Amino acid sequence: MDYETLRHFADTWGLVFLVTIFLSVIAWVFRPGAGRVYEESARIPLKED
Amino acid sequence: MIPAAKMIALAIAALFALVLAAKATDSLFAVHAWIAFLFCLGAIAITLKVMPMGKAAKAGEQGKYLDSVIKAGTIATVFWGVTGLLVGVVIALQLSYPALNLDLPWTTFGRLRPLHTSAVIFAFGGNALIATSFYVVQRTTGARLALGNTAWFVFWGYQLFIVLAATGYVLGVTQSKEYAEPEWYVDLWLTVVWVAYLAVFLGTLYKRKEPHIYVANWFYLSFIVTVAMLHVVNNLSLPVSVFGAKSYILWSGVQDALTQWWYGHNAVGFFLTAGFLGMMYYFVPKRVGRPVYSYRLSIVHFWTLIFLYIWAGPHHLHYTALPDWAQTLGMVFSIMLWMPSWGGMINGLMTLSGAWDKMRTDPIIRMMVLAIAFYGMSTFEGPMMSIKSVNSLSHYTDWTIGHVHSGALGWVGMISFGAVYFLVPKLWGRKELYSLRLVNWHFWLATLGIVFYASAMWVSGIMQGLMWREYSELGFLVYSFAESVERMHPFYVIRAAGGLLYLTGALVMAYNVWRTILGHERSERPVGMPAAART
Repeated sequence: MDYETLRHFADTWGLVFLVTIFLSVIAWVFRPGAGRVYEESARIPLKED
Repeated sequence: MIPAAKMIALAIAALFALVLAAKATDSLFAVHAWIAFLFCLGAIAITLKVMPMGKAAKAGEQGKYLDSVIKAGTIATVFWGVTGLLVGVVIALQLSYPALNLDLPWTTFGRLRPLHTSAVIFAFGGNALIATSFYVVQRTTGARLALGNTAWFVFWGYQLFIVLAATGYVLGVTQSKEYAEPEWYVDLWLTVVWVAYLAVFLGTLYKRKEPHIYVANWFYLSFIVTVAMLHVVNNLSLPVSVFGAKSYILWSGVQDALTQWWYGHNAVGFFLTAGFLGMMYYFVPKRVGRPVYSYRLSIVHFWTLIFLYIWAGPHHLHYTALPDWAQTLGMVFSIMLWMPSWGGMINGLMTLSGAWDKMRTDPIIRMMVLAIAFYGMSTFEGPMMSIKSVNSLSHYTDWTIGHVHSGALGWVGMISFGAVYFLVPKLWGRKELYSLRLVNWHFWLATLGIVFYASAMWVSGIMQGLMWREYSELGFLVYSFAESVERMHPFYVIRAAGGLLYLTGALVMAYNVWRTILGHERSERPVGMPAAART
């Protein structure tokens, strides 16, 4: 595999792949009902001394 | 590991070090082999003393959490912090008064500078990160550190790495890669230690009693994993002899430069940012006594930081042989980093909402807030400096040094000091620190120190940049390089004074920590008490 093929793969499929993962993660964070779950999670450090 | 097996392993390691020392092709490699040998002997002696064979060995493993290694890590953090800052003040004075290089090879600026950077980043910062990550992962998962005493191997292994790196710099061992100066065998040793660190951390997460993994651990884990990857790739080199110090890196030219700054900038992103953000997301809520402002924002902060930071490295190579598109890519990703950085800063600061009064009464919180403010300021300045037109003025000047130090002294230093002040009373079972008033002294000494440092470097850096590109009407350079150096002198002196203030603050901390460990408590008026209440 030469440089050109690799670069072409990176700036097309690679880009789409990473952006998709990123956007899915962000969408997942805003899923309905997540607010309550996160309020619980945020209290984890305060549970014990 | 059972003591007998441990002794055998140590004996084999000692023998191995002895063989390396005997077969060494250069004296520097031999010195390092001897250091490793002495380290093994020391480890054997300690094992014999504190870990008697058989039943008694179990005694040390009681208690819910393994905290002894965190105590050691906290002390190491304070020790290396003071050492690294001291070397920093020395080299700042060398720049002001070159005679202080002493005309000896071991004490020249070129050798002491990596000693300073490695001591503050890897020795001080690294010990702070390892110690706090062990503390946080245990407290937020409800599980004891995994793999028995492997955490102790990580601690001592890391100290050996520091000693090998530091002695190497002074004696003249370097592979000439900034922030990655240690030679191939020290790199290999660090890799072993780091894999053990990752195993302990992952193992603890695996054993967790708490179903959700708290976000601070995500930041710590990303720091451990990414640093492993950066370290291995950037240090792929071929030694000239397996018994010699010298090696050659696999790539050359611009490929080497890009790999180096992919490493270098992500050392900033994942070592000095992500790891310390893990600290922020645990110790700030803990000290304030309130949950983080928005947990959702902390997750968005995490993923955005991870996805963006890794591409920012090329901004270190503006106007070089690196292809133009790669430079622009580095610049664009750096600018996008404004969003997660400021999101994270807001999240940290807003954790205090409803408890802002604690800023007045608790100097530890004041310190953490200043750290977060500096996180915001330096992550604003950084992307701005990565813009090509700004960079054409700022690159290679002291402005960069000022920027790095507002991040290092302001963000990394202050959040670590805050964590140390939080940890020491907890770990040694004291009610509070020896003195909160001394923390206040530390706060102001450090803050003033940073102000002196950063403002001197802004002025001198911009002056330098302007002098270097000043053309006369006939198209000649107006100033020679030496003329710009001459003009730097007053600013170098101011910078050294700032560093001295910051070092003094760290010494106050060392004293305070020491007295707290001894169990002393200073009788003093509480911080922030209104004047009327004074007696």
